[in-house]
Amino acid sequence: MTEQPMVRFDNVSKRYGTLTVLDGLNLEIARGEKVSIIGPSGSGKTTVLRMLMTLETINDGVIWVEGEPLTHMERNGKLVPADLAHIRKIRAKIGMVFQSFNLFPHMTAMQNCIEAPITVLGMKRADAEARAAELLDMVGLSDKKDHYPSQLSGGQQQRVAIARACAMRPKIMLFDEVTSALDPELVGEVLEVIRKLGREHDLTMLMVTHQMGFAKEFSDRVCFFHAGKICEQGPPGELFGTPKNERTRQFLHAVLEAG
Amino acid sequence: MGIRTLVAMLVIALVVIGALATQESYRVFMPGLLQGAVLTIEIAVLGSLLAIVMGVLAALARMYGPAPLRWLATVYVEIFRGTSALVQLFWLFFVLPQFGVTINAFVVAVLALGLNVGAYGSEVVRGAILSVARGQWEACTALNMSRPQMLRRIILPQAFVAMIPPWGNLFIELLKSTALVSLITLSDLAFKAQQMNQNTFKTIPIFTLVLLMYLAMSLVLTIGMRLLERRASIGLARGKAA
Repeated sequence: MTEQPMVRFDNVSKRYGTLTVLDGLNLEIARGEKVSIIGPSGSGKTTVLRMLMTLETINDGVIWVEGEPLTHMERNGKLVPADLAHIRKIRAKIGMVFQSFNLFPHMTAMQNCIEAPITVLGMKRADAEARAAELLDMVGLSDKKDHYPSQLSGGQQQRVAIARACAMRPKIMLFDEVTSALDPELVGEVLEVIRKLGREHDLTMLMVTHQMGFAKEFSDRVCFFHAGKICEQGPPGELFGTPKNERTRQFLHAVLEAG
Repeated sequence: MGIRTLVAMLVIALVVIGALATQESYRVFMPGLLQGAVLTIEIAVLGSLLAIVMGVLAALARMYGPAPLRWLATVYVEIFRGTSALVQLFWLFFVLPQFGVTINAFVVAVLALGLNVGAYGSEVVRGAILSVARGQWEACTALNMSRPQMLRRIILPQAFVAMIPPWGNLFIELLKSTALVSLITLSDLAFKAQQMNQNTFKTIPIFTLVLLMYLAMSLVLTIGMRLLERRASIGLARGKAA
């Protein structure tokens, strides 16, 4: 038997009224795999991350994490929609970094990083602070730990957000267009932190990105989304080098033209 | 308007009261009016505290409570917002005793004004909670926080800053509404003024002092709220993407 996939989308659909955002998505992500999701806006790529983070409900299908259902739970041998306690148990394995950072503005960088470890994981303050200090050091912001988000640049805020997500020790990290809100000169420092995270931690990573160069260099696999479906997927060399699908070619052509 | 201007106004109001009080024609009214002012302050402070408690509870119940609580909170808010404070005072003080429930006039004053302003306050609290960016809730979810943890640690502290100015309005409103309690036998500042006026017909000194006293009280309140706002918004750059 092969190893259990870290994440499995099993025929998952998402609709808003009559608009189908995701249409019967099937996607497996292996432990430690780095997967990039690319595609035009409105193709449902961000929705994939938001469903996995349980920020969106799903209309059909089941999402599995390490062989356990996330969106559902087993009761008398049948899968029923999960209650909050079940969702929180499984969700603990997942962390997310947002396009708009979403740091807590009334807390310093350090406080942002110790809040959930203390309140959710029940860690002792001293332990949480020690761990947060390590993470802030990893993202290169040891000297900014007592700064409030409003005193930090966008790139610095996003690096704190990455440290904050890591402080919960997730197995899966979701990155939702994490450099899209940044000034161009700040993109590099954030990508560098993600590279480091990929090298030093055994994390499964799923990212939605417009940084084609980064997706190419960093990912094990790239998925091209179009109209709520995976249109094409494969190793970055193949997908960027010899795309088979016409839509993929058009998209890559348009993006590379602009970039 | 800066805090400095407010403080200057307060100092001027107090100095004018002090200067007037040096004249015999004004001084005679001071002890009685100050006595009334103390009662006014007591009712305003206790009423405000009750209003805060009721406002927060009603807002949370309406937004996140189970159906019966939600229903109860809505009934409370609509009744106390939809009828006048005067009618509420009379009801509690004159009507309830007919059903065998007699409440002390001072308690009635605090209850009626606190519940009345609390009903308005619940909408202030609700609006402030809704004004917190959606991304903040999402970040809490991504950190696997529970609903109470999100509210207590992340959402309410941010909503608190947005609540301060409208609560300041409501507190001033409540302070001025305390004049109504003179109609249920309480000797507050307004009652003392009317009483002295009826006895002496010295309308100018009495109501000049009363006006300045109410103004001084509301300025103290406004300055307090400004200081609180300044303190609470540390790190928060509202209006900017956070």
